Amino acid sequence: MAEARYVRRFGRVERIQHLVLFVTFLGLAATGLPLLFSDAAWAPPLAQLFGGFGVTGTLHRLFAVGLIGVFLVHVASVTVRVVRGERGILWGPTSLVPQPRDIVELYRHVRWFLRRGPKPAFDRYTYWEKFDYLAVFWGMVIIGFSGLMLWFPELFARVLPGWVFNVALLVHGEEALLAVGFIVTIHFFNSHMRPHKFPMDMVMFTGVVPEEEYARERPLEYERLRATSALEARLAPPPDPDFVRRTRLGGFVAIAVGSILFLLIVFAVLSR
Amino acid sequence: MSGVLAAPSVSAQQPEPPSNDTCQTCHAEPSMTRADGRPVVVPPDRFASSIHATLSCVDCHTDLAKTTDFPHPERLAPVSCAACHDEPAAGLARSVHGMLSGAAALQCTSCHGPPHEIRPSSDFQSRTHKLQIAETCAQCHSGLAGPGARRGPAVAPMFADSIHAVALERTTVAPTCTDCHRSHDILRKTDAKSPVHPPNIPATCGTCHANQHRLFSDSVHAQELAGGNPRAPQCASCHTAHRMAATASDQWQLSAVEQCGTCHREALATYRDSFHGQVTALGFTPVAKCADCHESHRVFRVSDVRSSVSPQNGLTTCRTCHPSATANFIQFQPHANKDDPERSPALYYAARVMNALLLGVFLFFGGHTLLWFARERLGPSDEGERRG
Repeated sequence: MAEARYVRRFGRVERIQHLVLFVTFLGLAATGLPLLFSDAAWAPPLAQLFGGFGVTGTLHRLFAVGLIGVFLVHVASVTVRVVRGERGILWGPTSLVPQPRDIVELYRHVRWFLRRGPKPAFDRYTYWEKFDYLAVFWGMVIIGFSGLMLWFPELFARVLPGWVFNVALLVHGEEALLAVGFIVTIHFFNSHMRPHKFPMDMVMFTGVVPEEEYARERPLEYERLRATSALEARLAPPPDPDFVRRTRLGGFVAIAVGSILFLLIVFAVLSR
Repeated sequence: MSGVLAAPSVSAQQPEPPSNDTCQTCHAEPSMTRADGRPVVVPPDRFASSIHATLSCVDCHTDLAKTTDFPHPERLAPVSCAACHDEPAAGLARSVHGMLSGAAALQCTSCHGPPHEIRPSSDFQSRTHKLQIAETCAQCHSGLAGPGARRGPAVAPMFADSIHAVALERTTVAPTCTDCHRSHDILRKTDAKSPVHPPNIPATCGTCHANQHRLFSDSVHAQELAGGNPRAPQCASCHTAHRMAATASDQWQLSAVEQCGTCHREALATYRDSFHGQVTALGFTPVAKCADCHESHRVFRVSDVRSSVSPQNGLTTCRTCHPSATANFIQFQPHANKDDPERSPALYYAARVMNALLLGVFLFFGGHTLLWFARERLGPSDEGERRG
């Protein structure tokens, strides 16, 4: 029996971006939630655990710098690719930009949920992946800007009226709540925990996916690659089992941390 | 020893009153007892060092002044301290202690100790020396039943941990129980004449804390207090009456915030929604608390130019912590209310938009996720994977 062939989906830079993204994201959530839910029983001990108010705030800002950094690197790399004339980034089947086809795919997918039709054929990025991506994108813009305002209020108050900081604090917290809730309940499910992926889709950690699985889940992309004979260039060896084991452990830790933070939110909201 | 206060005999027929030496013939002897076996001894050394050492026995035990027949009867007329100490006795009589019912009513000796051993209150060993008073009061005010099963409000343990008690170990300038409650005419705090009746408390504390009293007396709180508002705060409302923590302690500063919130509920709720209030709720103090902006004693209405948060003074106050604050900066609302479209319109609409966003996203993707789960979990695993 021939060894299963793998197709490369994400490059090293994208995987590292995802890694830095989720580590800083969880760090920001863990150091920010005690403040947002300061009335919850778990908040003071959690803040004490990080080393008190000063240290918690410093950690939050350090994680923020890391996340802003990865955001800027990402925007810069995409910009460079667009400027260099790479096609298919801003529109078309390989783009992350929402397009009419996404509405159609959502409609067909829901029909499939309801057993009213066949499973739709997806291309490189599905509509829920695009939402994941854009939600993080807009979330980082909103949380990032409001966070910087709250970090440097006197600087921003040179041009902005003071009530903006009232809004900034609210938006920063609510948007963070949306982000943590969405990542833990929706992203974890869609990408990792749903029965066909359970317990974890390793593609964002290893970068590669079995050819057979890719052909099944992204048929349009797969057929296009075959038709343009670009598939050969995308084939990759199977991931190192040791690496898979280690990253799987890391992934579980991230899912566990995210889930615990989510449960803390639920507990705090219910006990209000 | 002789009775210096003994009156000269007015008549030759009058017998000489017995001298203290005569009394001590029996009463210096530890083995002498009453019929029921209780000793009658008055230890000569202790009496000698008592403040009453210069008195004759019969100055107090007046019914023995004419006695010639010894041993005298066991039951004597009760000694009246009021004969010399009329003011303190009258004070005790009208005090909460003196009005306790029947046998529970306190006697002079309840606090001053055994009658033959009463020392001047300047004596360190006196039970009424300033450093001993808290312990003397604690006989009944410790939470346990004191002599005669008396049990007063258990305030002594609170006082023992207070900054006053700590200071008292270093200086007798610090107050003990009697400095606030007085010693003999101790009245309930509900009694308008009591120094610890709420409207009287600022003056009582002001005996030592004159400047704080002066600052407070102009405040809106003092006005309310003088106007008879029963909820108006006085010193003890924030500082507590007995526990009295150091104002520099984190614990006290945080509890003071909650204390303000017992009346200013909306202000506390909106403060808790702000960064300042979230940090203090977490148990940390290096951010603005009520008194940092509103001041502690000189609290005025925002409309009052004297207020630290009046439009005239707001910028100066904010600059205490935010040195480069501008006129823009102080448009920030420390007590913004996201449910009040009148006062915080931008915040109100931002909150509505965010709520709608969260609700929309979670409802949509929640439903999406549930349907997807059901389809993958319950559906035949391969059907549908192949596209028609």
